Amino acid sequence: MGIIIFLILFPLVISLFLLLIKSDKIRGPLVIFSSIVIAASSIAFVVTRFGRPAKQLLWPGGGTDTEMVGYAMMAIEVAIAVLIIVLGIKYKKVLSSVLAFLQCGLLVWFEFTKGHEIEIASNLSVDKLSMIMVLIIGIIGTLICVYALGYMKDFAHHHSEGKDRRPYFFFLMFLFLSAMFGIVLTNNLIWMYFFWEITTLCSFLLIGYTRTPEAIRNSFRAVLFNLIGGLAFVVAIITIGNIFSFIEFDQFLEYGRTVKANGQLDIAVSLAVTLLAFAGITKAAQFPFSSWLLGAMVAPTPTSALLHSSTMVKAGVFMIIKLSPLLGVDNMGFTQSHAIDFGPGFMVVMVGGITFLMASFAAVSQSNAKRVLAYSTIANLGLIVLCAGIGTAAGVWAAIMLLIFHAVTKSLLFLSVGTAEHNIGSRDIEDMDGLFGRMPRLALFMIIGIAAMFLAPFGMLISKWAALQSVIDSGNVWVILMICFGSAITLFYWTKWLGKLSAIVANRDNIQDKVHKEEWASLGTHIVLVVLISLCFPIISDKMLIPYLSNYFQGLEPAVSAALSSDNMLIMVLLVAAILIIPLLFYGRTRKRIAPLYMAGVNKGDNLTFEGSMEQDEPVSLRNWYLADFFREKLMSRIAIIATCVVLTLTLSYHAAVGIRLIEYLLGGGAA
Amino acid sequence: MSFITKSPWIIHYDGSSCNGCDIEVLACLTPMYDVERFGIINTGNPKHADIFLVTGSVNEQNISVVKQIYEQMLEPKVVVAIGICATSGGIFRECYNISGGIDTVIPVDVYVPGCAARPEAIIDGVVKGLGVLAEKKEKLSERLKRDYIESDDLLDPLDDEIEIKVYGVQDAADAADGKEEA
Amino acid sequence: MEIGLTQVLIAVAYLIFGPLLGGLLAGIDRKITAKMQGRFGPPILQPFYDVRKLFEKEPVTINTGQDFYVMCCLIFMIITGVLFFIGENLLLIMFTLTTAGAFLVIAAYCSNSPYSQVGASRELLQMMAYEPMVLLMAVGMYMINHSFYVKDIVTGDKLSFVYLIGMFIGYLFILTIKFRKSPFDLSLSHHAHQELVKGVTTEFSGRTLAALEISHWYENIFLLGFLFLFFANGTWLLALIGVVVCLLAYFLEILIDNGYARMKWQFTLKSSWFVTIIFGGLNLVLLYFFGSFELL
Repeated sequence: MGIIIFLILFPLVISLFLLLIKSDKIRGPLVIFSSIVIAASSIAFVVTRFGRPAKQLLWPGGGTDTEMVGYAMMAIEVAIAVLIIVLGIKYKKVLSSVLAFLQCGLLVWFEFTKGHEIEIASNLSVDKLSMIMVLIIGIIGTLICVYALGYMKDFAHHHSEGKDRRPYFFFLMFLFLSAMFGIVLTNNLIWMYFFWEITTLCSFLLIGYTRTPEAIRNSFRAVLFNLIGGLAFVVAIITIGNIFSFIEFDQFLEYGRTVKANGQLDIAVSLAVTLLAFAGITKAAQFPFSSWLLGAMVAPTPTSALLHSSTMVKAGVFMIIKLSPLLGVDNMGFTQSHAIDFGPGFMVVMVGGITFLMASFAAVSQSNAKRVLAYSTIANLGLIVLCAGIGTAAGVWAAIMLLIFHAVTKSLLFLSVGTAEHNIGSRDIEDMDGLFGRMPRLALFMIIGIAAMFLAPFGMLISKWAALQSVIDSGNVWVILMICFGSAITLFYWTKWLGKLSAIVANRDNIQDKVHKEEWASLGTHIVLVVLISLCFPIISDKMLIPYLSNYFQGLEPAVSAALSSDNMLIMVLLVAAILIIPLLFYGRTRKRIAPLYMAGVNKGDNLTFEGSMEQDEPVSLRNWYLADFFREKLMSRIAIIATCVVLTLTLSYHAAVGIRLIEYLLGGGAA
Repeated sequence: MSFITKSPWIIHYDGSSCNGCDIEVLACLTPMYDVERFGIINTGNPKHADIFLVTGSVNEQNISVVKQIYEQMLEPKVVVAIGICATSGGIFRECYNISGGIDTVIPVDVYVPGCAARPEAIIDGVVKGLGVLAEKKEKLSERLKRDYIESDDLLDPLDDEIEIKVYGVQDAADAADGKEEA
Repeated sequence: MEIGLTQVLIAVAYLIFGPLLGGLLAGIDRKITAKMQGRFGPPILQPFYDVRKLFEKEPVTINTGQDFYVMCCLIFMIITGVLFFIGENLLLIMFTLTTAGAFLVIAAYCSNSPYSQVGASRELLQMMAYEPMVLLMAVGMYMINHSFYVKDIVTGDKLSFVYLIGMFIGYLFILTIKFRKSPFDLSLSHHAHQELVKGVTTEFSGRTLAALEISHWYENIFLLGFLFLFFANGTWLLALIGVVVCLLAYFLEILIDNGYARMKWQFTLKSSWFVTIIFGGLNLVLLYFFGSFELL
């Protein structure tokens, strides 16, 4: 248990140190040192606990220690609420103040009434899923922090007008890591909520880091949406606590599974699952709440990388994956045995599906690299949410695999774009042509990252494959269509970017030696991870995913092996190896004569200009397709928002009756 | 035997003709004459073509274009001058802007006179060009053996020193050099 | 998957006979096209002459990366075909096919040449247009035969065509794109459509172009093999019918090719997605509907 506490507290302590340190000379080594410690201890954590039972529950409540922790958390929660309320009033964003007040009030009320009586068997829990999350947070998260060292030097240099607020920045980054460890390792819902709120606060402050009007506006949007999710979380806690008299995640799952297995329909469980899944959806930036994640790009790139890859949004999907045994949908509208069911499974699958499709559509029309990445994050999270919502072993398998691959790859891409932006002065994809000549290594990294996002034989595609199969097996015909079209679109927007990067443009100076070595170190490690994971995903599947899934699903082996038999995995691994070796043999070698490009006979010889009319030299300028008439961003997101709102309304109103009864019950002092 | 004679792909360029010969060239592709019988395809791309059909004489403005298209064709390649203008400048010979027949700019292998050249004559010219093509192919094979198999210098893509040869725009390149020197 | 002698033999046979058949088919295609236009047309073996000639040309390229991408395209296309004919998983096959296509697009993009890039963009758009239908077909096959494995589909006793007529029509539609026939030969055409020069292949020359041509042959055989799946149910009679239908479908594509002018990309995208949704989607919905009443 010590190592768990260490994982949560160590980043916290470091973050406080970093807040106080003003000097670059101390901060650099400290960040690198503590990153190594965090990464090493998360690996150690997984290694030491690997052989133990698939699921462990730790730290029973009832002692004075947990009581003290509980009070401390409540005090901090109140402080956070006060901070948000004050800031909300200061910047005239009263709605977020109201929400913060409401949820804090509700929670404190619950803790002093019912919450006080509930016995807690275990506050912490460790299973293979939380191990995976610990590795992602511990390794990817710290890599981003190391990268931020180099990046923030440039950033502070570019934005030198105000005072250097890097201590504050690193404070928030490490605090974030600490909170994430908290979320994935706690079992007590109230504790989990505490860490959940800290991530909300950290993202709020990180997005508003530059304090420009735009940053402030976007940070309030983020906090508003996340507070809505937080409110749902609190209501879920109150529901579970009052009706079932426990507030532990594992007990809730067990109870829900028994109910489900008996074929009963317990509407209270359904309500609680819906609320928790709703909280997950807000945090995972699904439509209609996705705009906060897009707005988050005003912050420095490491923030985006952190929010998009290893933390924050991953907390949202983590929640939904944890709930997945209670989700699941039947053939929507096409079965004899089941009526149309607007339960949580329906909500999660539909929101995920619509988000996957529409966010992919919206990504087509973007030329800003970070926005493309953001939409792709939203889309991929949609896919993860969808798979988890399917609630079958194969679906959850796909969801977790997607989560792993996405975390590594997306972090790599964000950081590469950040480096490119600082060196070529633009984050526009159109300005990245010829990046292969200017920053060959960086371009190569980006190419590997993009290829890993959608091409065979890399991991994302394998997960998508399993996702498609699990959706087909679950019989959601509409979702199949969404995945088919979404995949086609994904192919389009990635490949055109890939094309831009791989273009070999003549006479470009190599400018890559200006990149900080911390950035290279971080990017290089990412590449190694991407390749490593793609090569050993069968092992990850065997040793981590299967044990986790076997806690919750029966008949697992056939389900997962039907999705991906070992020989298919082998083929994929062979292809990865091949695709790594072939370039070494062939790429960049030619004994052929290099000839200039065809430009209708008027190439000036340098491949960059042609002779226009009146003997004027015209520069060659190539632009990609953005199909703005077809896939207008605003239109796409509007459609998605309307569609997902309909889904959410259906599900929430489906549960409204029980909600009202619940309120009566609570007001009546438990008389019902 | 050489397969190049069985699959001669052409590119057609109109220098400054009255379009008479151009129409006759296109007539060769029609069902009436159907040059695809001989595997001939009008590619429209010098990088794919084996035979360069030029109609009309060359004027000052398109010298560089004709040169560049010629340079961008891969060896073995053959130039066929179609019509009397392409052969010698024809009635435009004395014009202020005309430099004469195609052979004032690039080496011509087959001349097909006529005003306009008849499709039969054009096909005949192309077929004659096939013989030249076969000869050139032999020479190329020898040269390739010498240049490519014996030398082993490889080019590196990330090496900025790759020289991009300037074809057909020597004048412009010279001018640019002159500027630098100045 | 048991890699037995049979699989190895099939793979070798595909490696050798794939391009031979594909080339022959291309030759017949050109002959029929010529006949349709009232011409005599080239010899049947003309495509082989062309490719052989391309190997004889001087080795020239425009940068040091392009050949690599084209080679990858060829390799992945061969892998796709081999996986298909030894009876592997359809989804795996779809994904390697997509990867092969992506390599072609990148090969064109990497030249940074105007004509190539327009071709590449259009090629990519075409891929986007046909991709959903291809995936849907795999889904449909799975629902009928309860397996993604080609070997199970071939030996399964159900006649997929009966259940998947909508998908079949949709597939015929996108075959026009895949065979690079008018009205959807936007990115690259064997006809003298000059506005793009040669689209994707503008900067390919000599051996590189030949490699691409060979990969098209492999691809065409694979695509017809896919069409055959609709009829395969383990009996000889239907196998025969399947082959005949493949040939008829190819003839139909030639007919369409000669009957239509090239359309705009907007029409390509809209119409193929429309067909995908109407024929593919409706077929899928009906399958589920009947499936849930256990009629399948």
